[in-house]
Amino acid sequence: MTSELDIFVGNTTLIDEDVYRLWLDGYSVGDAVALRVRSGILEQTGATAAVLQSDTMDHYRTFHMLERLLHAPPKLLHQLIYQIPPSRQALLIERYYAFDEAFVREVLGKKLSKGTKKDLDDISTKTGITLKSCRRQFDNFKRVFKVVEEMRGSLVDNIQQHFLLSDRLARDYAAIVFFANNRFETGKKKLQYLSFGDFAFCAELMIQNWTLGAVDSQVDDMDMDLDKEFLQDLKELKVLVADKDLLDLHKSLVCTALRGKLGVFSEMEANFKNLSRGLVNVATKLTHNKDVRDLFVDLVEKFVEPCRSDHWPLSDVRLFLNQYSASVHSLDGFRNLPKAVRPHLAAPPPLPQRVSPCGHQRGCHKT
Amino acid sequence: MPGKLKVKIVAGRHLPVMDRASDLTDAFVEVKFGNTTFKTDVYPKSLNPQWNSEWFKFEVDDEDLQDEPLQITVLDHDTYSANDAIGKVYIDIDPLLYSEAATVISGWFPIYDTIHGIRGEINVVVKVDLFNDLNRFRQSSCGVKFFCTTSIPKCYRAVIIHGFVEELVVNEDPEYQWIDRIRTPRASNEARQRLISLMSGELQRKIGLKVLEMRGNAVVGYLQCFDLEGESGLVVRAIGTACTLDKLSSPAAFLPACNSPSKEMKEIPFNEDPNPNTHSSGPSTPLKNQTYSFSPSKSYSRQSSSSDTDLSLTPKTAPYPQGPRIYLCPSSPSLSCGSLHLKKSCLLLSESSLPPHHSSLVSPVLRKSVSFSEELFLAASGMGSGSAGKEGGPFKALLRQQTQSALEQREFPFFTLTAFPPGFLVHVGGVVSARSVKLLDRIHNPAFVGIMSNTRSYKLLDWNSFNSDEPETRDAWWAEIRQEIKSHAKALGCHAVVGYSESTSICEEVCILSASGTAAVLNPRFLQDGTVEGCLEQRLEENLPAGCGFCHIPYDELNMPFPAHLTYCYNCRKQKVPDVLFTTIDLPTDATVIGKGCLIQARLCRLKKKAQAEANATAISNLLPFMEYEVHTQLMNKLKLKGMNALFGLRIQITVGENMLMGLASATGVYLAALPTPGGIQIAGKTPNDGSYEQHISHMQKKINDTIAKNKELYEINPPEISEEIIGSPIPEPRQRSRLLRSQSESSDEVTELDLSHGKKDAFVLEIDDTDAMEDVHSLLTDVPPPSGFYSCNTEIMPGINNWTSEIQMFTSVRVIRLSSLNLTNQALNKNFNDLCENLLKSLYFKLRSMIPCCLCHVNFTVSLPEDELIQVTVTAVAITFDKNQALQTTKAHVEKSLQRASTDNEELLQFPLELCSDSLPSHPFPPAKAVTVEKTSPMGEGNFRNRSAAPCANSTVGVVKMTPLSFIPGAKITKYLGIINMFFIRETTSLREEGGVSGFLHAFIAEVFAMVRAHVAALGGNAVVSYIMKQCVFMENPNKNQAQCLINVSGDAVVFARESELEVVSTQQPAANCQPACTGGEVTT
Repeated sequence: MTSELDIFVGNTTLIDEDVYRLWLDGYSVGDAVALRVRSGILEQTGATAAVLQSDTMDHYRTFHMLERLLHAPPKLLHQLIYQIPPSRQALLIERYYAFDEAFVREVLGKKLSKGTKKDLDDISTKTGITLKSCRRQFDNFKRVFKVVEEMRGSLVDNIQQHFLLSDRLARDYAAIVFFANNRFETGKKKLQYLSFGDFAFCAELMIQNWTLGAVDSQVDDMDMDLDKEFLQDLKELKVLVADKDLLDLHKSLVCTALRGKLGVFSEMEANFKNLSRGLVNVATKLTHNKDVRDLFVDLVEKFVEPCRSDHWPLSDVRLFLNQYSASVHSLDGFRNLPKAVRPHLAAPPPLPQRVSPCGHQRGCHKT
Repeated sequence: MPGKLKVKIVAGRHLPVMDRASDLTDAFVEVKFGNTTFKTDVYPKSLNPQWNSEWFKFEVDDEDLQDEPLQITVLDHDTYSANDAIGKVYIDIDPLLYSEAATVISGWFPIYDTIHGIRGEINVVVKVDLFNDLNRFRQSSCGVKFFCTTSIPKCYRAVIIHGFVEELVVNEDPEYQWIDRIRTPRASNEARQRLISLMSGELQRKIGLKVLEMRGNAVVGYLQCFDLEGESGLVVRAIGTACTLDKLSSPAAFLPACNSPSKEMKEIPFNEDPNPNTHSSGPSTPLKNQTYSFSPSKSYSRQSSSSDTDLSLTPKTAPYPQGPRIYLCPSSPSLSCGSLHLKKSCLLLSESSLPPHHSSLVSPVLRKSVSFSEELFLAASGMGSGSAGKEGGPFKALLRQQTQSALEQREFPFFTLTAFPPGFLVHVGGVVSARSVKLLDRIHNPAFVGIMSNTRSYKLLDWNSFNSDEPETRDAWWAEIRQEIKSHAKALGCHAVVGYSESTSICEEVCILSASGTAAVLNPRFLQDGTVEGCLEQRLEENLPAGCGFCHIPYDELNMPFPAHLTYCYNCRKQKVPDVLFTTIDLPTDATVIGKGCLIQARLCRLKKKAQAEANATAISNLLPFMEYEVHTQLMNKLKLKGMNALFGLRIQITVGENMLMGLASATGVYLAALPTPGGIQIAGKTPNDGSYEQHISHMQKKINDTIAKNKELYEINPPEISEEIIGSPIPEPRQRSRLLRSQSESSDEVTELDLSHGKKDAFVLEIDDTDAMEDVHSLLTDVPPPSGFYSCNTEIMPGINNWTSEIQMFTSVRVIRLSSLNLTNQALNKNFNDLCENLLKSLYFKLRSMIPCCLCHVNFTVSLPEDELIQVTVTAVAITFDKNQALQTTKAHVEKSLQRASTDNEELLQFPLELCSDSLPSHPFPPAKAVTVEKTSPMGEGNFRNRSAAPCANSTVGVVKMTPLSFIPGAKITKYLGIINMFFIRETTSLREEGGVSGFLHAFIAEVFAMVRAHVAALGGNAVVSYIMKQCVFMENPNKNQAQCLINVSGDAVVFARESELEVVSTQQPAANCQPACTGGEVTT
C-alpha cells in the first residue's frame, strides 16, 4: 500500500511556523521529518511518523505554492487563492526575507550576479547553511535590488512598499542594496571582525549623508549612488595635511579641546599627523571607483589599526573624531566651504557601534 | 422580454504575461450571454488593465436568465494570429432573480482556465432588471428560492412543507464527442463546463416550476448531482423538499429566529417541550396568552381557542370526546412544574387505572375505517395494542389518517431535510435503503433492493422481478427505487421518509443507484395549510413525551417487520422503544442525550471478478446483500463497543470498481436516554475444549469489556444517575412530591423489570469460528479514539458540546493509495482500507491540533475507485473550537436548567409562537419578565445588526469568506441568504510533474475551487458559505503521459452573517481594517 496522493486544503491556509522555518532553512522533507521527530512532537501529540511525514509534505507543498507569491509580497495580500489572516501573511513575508548573518557577510558588497550565484555552494559549505537556503537569500537580495534599483524616493521606503517588510528588515535590505550597488569590499581578512550590523550602520549614515538623496530627493537612484560632486569636493580636504600651518593649527585645536579628556592623549598627540593624513588620504581618493570599493579596507588600515595598536578605548576614538571634524570648521580656509559639502561636514560623525574583541573599535566614517 | 441583464467590465489585475517579447498583455474581454456577445476595447500593454466598459445590456427571457450562465472570457489581442484566451469566468445570475437575495453581483472574480488554473482576476458588475410578467411564468420559475441547507434556513419559518421534488436532465457528454477527431483539452473541458452549467440552470428552473405547481416558494435541502456515465451520456439530477417559507421580518420574531446555533445547541440536552409553536394555527397574540400564563386552568383556555375545530372533527372518530381533554395540558411526564404537576400525576395514575378494553375498543373502530390501506392498518393496530395508545389513540389515529391523506396525494412522501421544526417529527422507524444495479447500455438487468432498519433485520426482495422488456429511462430507474423506499417505510409503519438522499456509483457500464432515508411518522401540520389540522394536532402532540417521542416505535409490536427487542421507553416509561435506533437524520434538538457522541464508521471491501456487462452486474448484485449485512454488523458492533445505542446521520456508500466493491458507512453514535443501555459484546469460541484457545477468547473478551468501559468514560456516558435525576428532579412542592414519588415508584418497578429483560436479551454474541471472525474482532479494537481534546461526528452538531467558539476551519483532504499486489485477499484489502481511513483521521487530528479543544463536525467521507488498484478517499469537514470549561459545567447546569425550562416552557410556547421554531432566548423563571426582555432587546438588537452587517459588506472584495458544511456559523447569526452556489470545474494538465505531481496538481486545484467559491460569495455581498458540500471530486491521472484531469462539483448557500457579541465585532473589524489597503487598492482601480 503506497500513498499516491495525499493532500489537505483548508479554507484558511494552515501555516505551521516550525515547518516553515525548516523549509526556509532548506531542509529536505526527509530531514525536516527527522528534525521534527527529534523535537519530541510525536510524544506530545501521539502521532505516528507517517502522519508527520504527510503533514510535512503538505506544508512543504503549500510553501512551495506560496513562494511564487512571496516573490512579490503585495500579490500575497491581493491574491484570492489562499485565505491567510493578515498577521500570518506578515509572518510569512518577514520570515521569507529574513537572512542569516553568516550568509550576508559572505555576499555583502559583491555583485549580485550569476557569477556570485555560482559560488553559493562554497558559501554553503563554509557557513553550514544549506545551499537551498543560500539560494533563497541570494535571490531575495537580487530581487529587492532589481526592483528598487532605478526607483525614485527613499530606498527604505521603496523596499518597504514593494516588499512589505518591517522597518528593521527594510533598513537591512537598504544596506545590502547600497553595498551591492557600490561594491564595497567587505570580505578581506582584515574586515572579518566586523558584523553585518556594523556595515549596515555605516550604510545608513552614508545613505543619509553621502548620496544624491542627501542633497536632492527627486533623483533616480538617489539613495543608491554616492554623490559624485561630493566626492569631488572631498579633494579639497587635502589642504588639511598638505598645508603645514593648517595641519598644526588643526592639531592644536584638537589637542586643546581634548587635553585631559583622553586617556590616550599623548599617543594621540604623537600620532595626530599620521592619523589625519590617513583619514584625509582615504577621503581624497574616493573619486576613483577602485578606492571607493576599498573604503572600508583603507579606513581599517589607515585609522583603525593605528588606534588599535595604541590601545585606544572606544570613547576616546569617538571624542577624537568628533573634535577632529568639529575643529575643521574653525579653520580659516573652511569657513566658506562649497555649499554641497556643508551638510556632510555638519552631519554628526558616526558612532562606532561595536567593540572589537581586543577591546578596540573601529571608526569607519569620517567627515 | 421580461428581463434585462446588465454587465460592466471594470478592470483586471495580476494578468499573466501573454507577450513574451514585452512581458505584457493586450487584454480585452468578451461578455457572452445566450447567443449575444459583447466585447470591450483592447487595453494595451498592461497586466492590470482598466477597461471601465459601458454597461453591456442583454434583453432576455427569464427562462434564459435561469438556464444560462453569464460567460466572461478574457483574451489577449494578437494582431497577426488568433487571439489567445487567458481564461473565463462563469457567473450564475440566479441569485439576482429573487427579490430577497442579492441585488447586484460585483467584485473580483478569478479568471479560470482549465489548463492553467487561475490567471489573474477581473472586476465585474452584474445587475438584472426583472420586469414583472403578468402572464405568470410558464416556463420560468424565477422567484423560487433554493437552499442546500437541509433544515429550515435560519431567518425563515416554514409555513408548509410540501414535500419531495425531483428532476433529471440527460445530455450527451461533450467529452465523448471527440472520438473521431483530435481532442483539444481546453475546448472539450470548456464545452463540458458550459453544458453542465446550462443543465443545472435548466434543472433548477424545472424544479422551480414543480415547486410553483405545489404552491411553494422555496426548495430546501436541494441536492444536485452529476452522473458521468461516459459514452452513454451525462445525467444531471436533483432532489429537494418544496416548502413555503416566510421571512421572519418583525423585530420580535426576527431576533429569536435568527438566534445563534450555539444557543440552540445549548438546549439540546434539555428536555425541550416537543410542542410546536402555534404559528400555523393562526395568530395567537402574546398578550392573549399572557393572561392565561399563570392560570391553573390553562389547558382549558387553550382548548377553548381551538374548540371549534375540535367539535368538527372529534365526533367522527373519537368515541370519548372528553377523554383527550385531560391531556391538553402541554406537559410531558419528564417535565413538570407548578400547576402542571397535578395533571402529570393524574396522567400517570389514570394510565394504570384505565381499563384495557379502551384500547381494544378503539382499534377495531379504526381498523374498520381504514382497512383498505395496509399502512393505516399497521398504524392503527400499532396504536391499539401499544400500551400507550389509550386516550391518545383515536387522536393519533386521526393524525395518521390526516397525515396519510396529506401524504397520499404525493407520489413520494420524501423529505430531504435532516433537521426539522419542533414537533414535525413524531416517530422514527429506522433506516430504509434501496439499491439497484443497472447496465448503462442495456435495458433489462437485475435489480437488487434491500431494506435496512434499525435492528438486525435484513430483507432481500426478489430482484429478478424487476426484469422488464420495456425501455427504461433514468427516470424510471429512480422511480422504481423510490417506490421501493416507500414500501419499506410502509412496512415500518411509517408514511414518510426523512433525511432522504440518492446517490450513484458508476464503473464502466455498470451503475449502482442507491437511495436511503429514515422512515418516519410526521406531524401533518406542516404538510398542509389549513388551521384545522393544526389545532387538532397540537393537542395530540401534548401527549407525546418530551425528548423521547421520536424514539417510540411507529410499527405494530406484535406484527413487527423484523425481529427487534422492544422495551418501555426509559424516559416516559409509557411507550415501546427499540433497543437501537439507526437514522439518516440529524439528532432532533429536543432529544435527550447522555454524554457525547462520536463518529462511527464501518469499512468494507469485497473483491470481485472482472467481468463484462451483464455478468458483472449480476456479480455485483450478488455481492451487495452480503456487503450491506456486514456493514450493518460492523456498525452495530462498533456502536456497542462505544456503549451507545443510536446512530444519526447514517450514510452508507457502496462504490463499485473494476475488481472490487467498497462499502463505507459513517454515522454519529449517541446514547439516547430514552433507549435501553446497550448490552455488551460477548465472544464465543467454537472449540471449547482447547485451553489456550479459551484463554485467548477470554483475553479478547476482557479487552472488549475494557474498551467499552473506557469509551463510556471517554464519552461521558453514565446513564443511571442522569436519567434518574431528570425524572426525579422537578419536584418543587411537597404535596405533589409525594404523589409523584408514588408514581415514580411504579415506574421504578418497571425499571427492574426492564433490566431483567435487558439481561435476558444480551444476545449479542460474536462467534469466533475462524480466522476471519478473529480479524473482524481485531479490527473492531484497532479503531483508536481521537486524541484528547478532539471529538468528531458526521452530523451538524456534536451532542453534548454546546459552547462553540467562533473559530472554524473547513477543509478537504484527499488521499489515494495504490494497492500493492494484484492477488489481494479480502482481509488484506479490508486492512488497507481501514488503515487508509484511520490514518487520514489521524492526520486530520494532527493537522488541527492547534485548535484543541475542538470538534470535527459534518465529517463527510467519499470513496471512489478511479482505477484497478487505486482507492481514493475524500473527506470534507469543519473543525470548530469550543470552550472546554463551559462544556464541563453544562452537564450539571443542564439538569438545573431543564428544570427551569420545564417551568417556563409551556408558558413560553403559548406566548411566543415564532420563537419556538428557532428556540432561543435564555429561559427566565417568569414568563412575563421574559416577554418584557424580548420587547426591550429587539429594537436594539436590530440596530446592532445593521451596524455589524455594514462592516463585512464594505470589505467584501477582499474580506474573509468563511466556508462550512454546517447550516450555521458558530457565534454568529445569519442575517440574509443570498442564493445558492453551485459550481462545476474541470482542471487538466499536460505537465503533471512540473506542477508538483498529482498532489501538487490537486492541492492547487482544490485551493482554486475554494477561491472561486469565496470570490462568488463575496461578489454577492456575502461573507460565508453554509451547507457547503463537495459533491464530486473525480480525479484521473496518466503519469506516463504526464497528464491528469480532475472534475470538482461544489455547492452551498451564500449568506451574510453577523457576529453576536460586541467583542467579536471588534475582532472581525480588526482584520477587515488590516485588509483595508488591499480593498481600497481594488476600489481605486474601479
